[in-house]
Amino acid sequence: MTDPIIKFDSVGKRFGAITVLDDLDFEVANGEKVTIIGPSGSGKSTILRILMTLETISDGVVYVAGEPLWHERRGDALVPASEAHLREMRRHLGMVFQSFNLFPHMSVLRNLTEAPVRVLGLSKSEARDRARELLDMVGLADQAEKFPHQLSGGQQQRVAIARALAMRPRIMLFDEPTSALDPELVGEVQAVIRRLAEEHDLTMLLVTHEMRFAREISDRVCFIDGGRIREQGPPEELFTDPKEERTRDFLQAVLADN
Amino acid sequence: MLFGIEWDTSDNLTFAISILPILLRGLVVTIQATILGFFVAMVLGLILAALKAVPSRVVSWPARIISEFLRDTPLLIQLFFLYYVLPEFGLVLPAFMTGALALGLQYSAYLSEVYRAGIEAVPRGQHEAARALDLTGRDTFARIVVPQAIPRIIPAMGNYLVSIMKDVPVLSVVTVLEMLSVARIIGDRTFNYLVPLTMVGAIYLILTLLAAYGVRRLDRALPKTGIPMK
Amino acid sequence: MHWTEYLVPLGQGAWVTVQLTFWSTILGGILAFAAGIGKLSAFFVFRWLSVAYIEVFRGTSLLVQLFWLYFAMPILGETVGLDLRFSPVLVGILALGLNIGAYGAEVVRGAIQAVARTQYEAARALNFTPRQVLFRIALPQAIPEMMPPFDNLAIQNLKDTALVSLITLGDLAFRAEQLRNFTQDSTVIYTLVLFMYFGMALVLTAFMRGLARMTGRWRPSGR
Repeated sequence: MTDPIIKFDSVGKRFGAITVLDDLDFEVANGEKVTIIGPSGSGKSTILRILMTLETISDGVVYVAGEPLWHERRGDALVPASEAHLREMRRHLGMVFQSFNLFPHMSVLRNLTEAPVRVLGLSKSEARDRARELLDMVGLADQAEKFPHQLSGGQQQRVAIARALAMRPRIMLFDEPTSALDPELVGEVQAVIRRLAEEHDLTMLLVTHEMRFAREISDRVCFIDGGRIREQGPPEELFTDPKEERTRDFLQAVLADN
Repeated sequence: MLFGIEWDTSDNLTFAISILPILLRGLVVTIQATILGFFVAMVLGLILAALKAVPSRVVSWPARIISEFLRDTPLLIQLFFLYYVLPEFGLVLPAFMTGALALGLQYSAYLSEVYRAGIEAVPRGQHEAARALDLTGRDTFARIVVPQAIPRIIPAMGNYLVSIMKDVPVLSVVTVLEMLSVARIIGDRTFNYLVPLTMVGAIYLILTLLAAYGVRRLDRALPKTGIPMK
Repeated sequence: MHWTEYLVPLGQGAWVTVQLTFWSTILGGILAFAAGIGKLSAFFVFRWLSVAYIEVFRGTSLLVQLFWLYFAMPILGETVGLDLRFSPVLVGILALGLNIGAYGAEVVRGAIQAVARTQYEAARALNFTPRQVLFRIALPQAIPEMMPPFDNLAIQNLKDTALVSLITLGDLAFRAEQLRNFTQDSTVIYTLVLFMYFGMALVLTAFMRGLARMTGRWRPSGR
């Protein structure tokens, strides 16, 4: 395996007395599609939120593309990262949230062009071309002038995916992207993510409760519980023949639900 | 000299100390006017709120218009109106009473809204549960709705009490000797407005900061779900 | 004097009231945004200045502020060697604007803080700078929320302009008092004046509602 694009090196994360991540080691290779599963409160989303710099870490070091994320190198030592360093590192990453979080006061097109224009410095016409291409890819080319509240949840989430892609990240983080959707709208969002997984060399990190979907698109599935990875492997292996007792119990419980 | 108390203008600090007792005399009037005005506002506000809640539009619409009118016109003009117009109809009140009445009228409109909002904030399900228990309409209101509305109403009422206190200086125009008019008289006579007016500002600031702290404490101390009934 | 003859001087006074309301509301609006945003600033000095301004002007009576600026500030100016005597109009606008701005600042702060945390997260994920987040993401969503309380404050400000008559400014309240001294016809004059203020308040509310609709165009209807 070449150098991992994401590496968690003994990362701890605590909220007060609660330990969310416990001495976590975790690597993702460039272009790899990894799904994280586990019971709620196990720290799955925290991994994504740390990578998106929405939450700090308590211990250890996180590397993205070979650079420490929450630290800066000063000589041989690592010091806490400055805002400038975090801004630089964030360029590698894009995130899709459970509740879409589109900007309600902007049209769909503005949602997709605002950051490329203001943050990346693209010209307006360049950003618009890029946005229309992406909207076409997620099947919403005809909705560009609408406002988010005029779209269904599934459509909003597809816009949110396009918005994140408009920044051309190397790594895409999906934080339970279909959990807030009505059941009949889950399919259209999964189809978009599936296409991304199949046609692009993006590195993808997905947190989900949809086991069938995880199985379809992942190169590797990680089962996390109590802030640690308990078991990981190719989906066919982990889903059909889990080695650990806990994994078996968890899978039995969620599969019974589905 | 005012209220029999002499002042000493030799320097600003001595001056300030010498007029403090005079200003505090004014403050007593300010507080009296605040309390009386608030009491009038509470009673008139309750009447307005009740009239606005009457199902018949013949009653509720005029009440709404009066309430809106009281809220949208200046206290100063309402005060002048009462002060000059009431005597024409044979009702001669002392200036202090007229002032408290004007404060009460203006704020009755605000308080009627506070009552309404407090009552409406009690969840619909509470009415339905009371109905299911076969309580009468009056019992539902008195025993279920009001005890739950009171904790929601009190902090807002506290804020309006402070607002009334800040409006009392307007009463100086009809010769009520509250704190600001006392300060102006001192200024007129000594040609030093800076010290008395700054002191009035400081006293107001202390009082409102204390009141804001009190309202916060009260808000925290009040049960969020309702006043327990014996 | 027939009551219709009152309308000319009262109309002149009302025009002064309108101008006072307009300029002091503009000044108050600017101060409200400056102090409201300042109170949320990461810099201690901005935060402290904003809090001090808000507390002083909300905590003391408007009439005290008006008299202080009109009678006391020139004396303070003398002692430090500055000419701080201003015309009644300027003092009136300054006092009204400073006062309403302090109340407005709390509205601005509250509305900005009420923008959903997830909006800030999404903005951060897209790498907007803090300044861009404030001006492009938070404020456009917060401003429509500010409009109903701003409507109340504008009405409050309109009513408060009546107090400037006490520093000899020829507004509607001042003209009314003049006319009353001249004619002793209190009932008619003050009834007329009350209705004129009421009318101006209704127009102002209509204007603020229009502004609310304009700033909230993007929102789903029915809100």
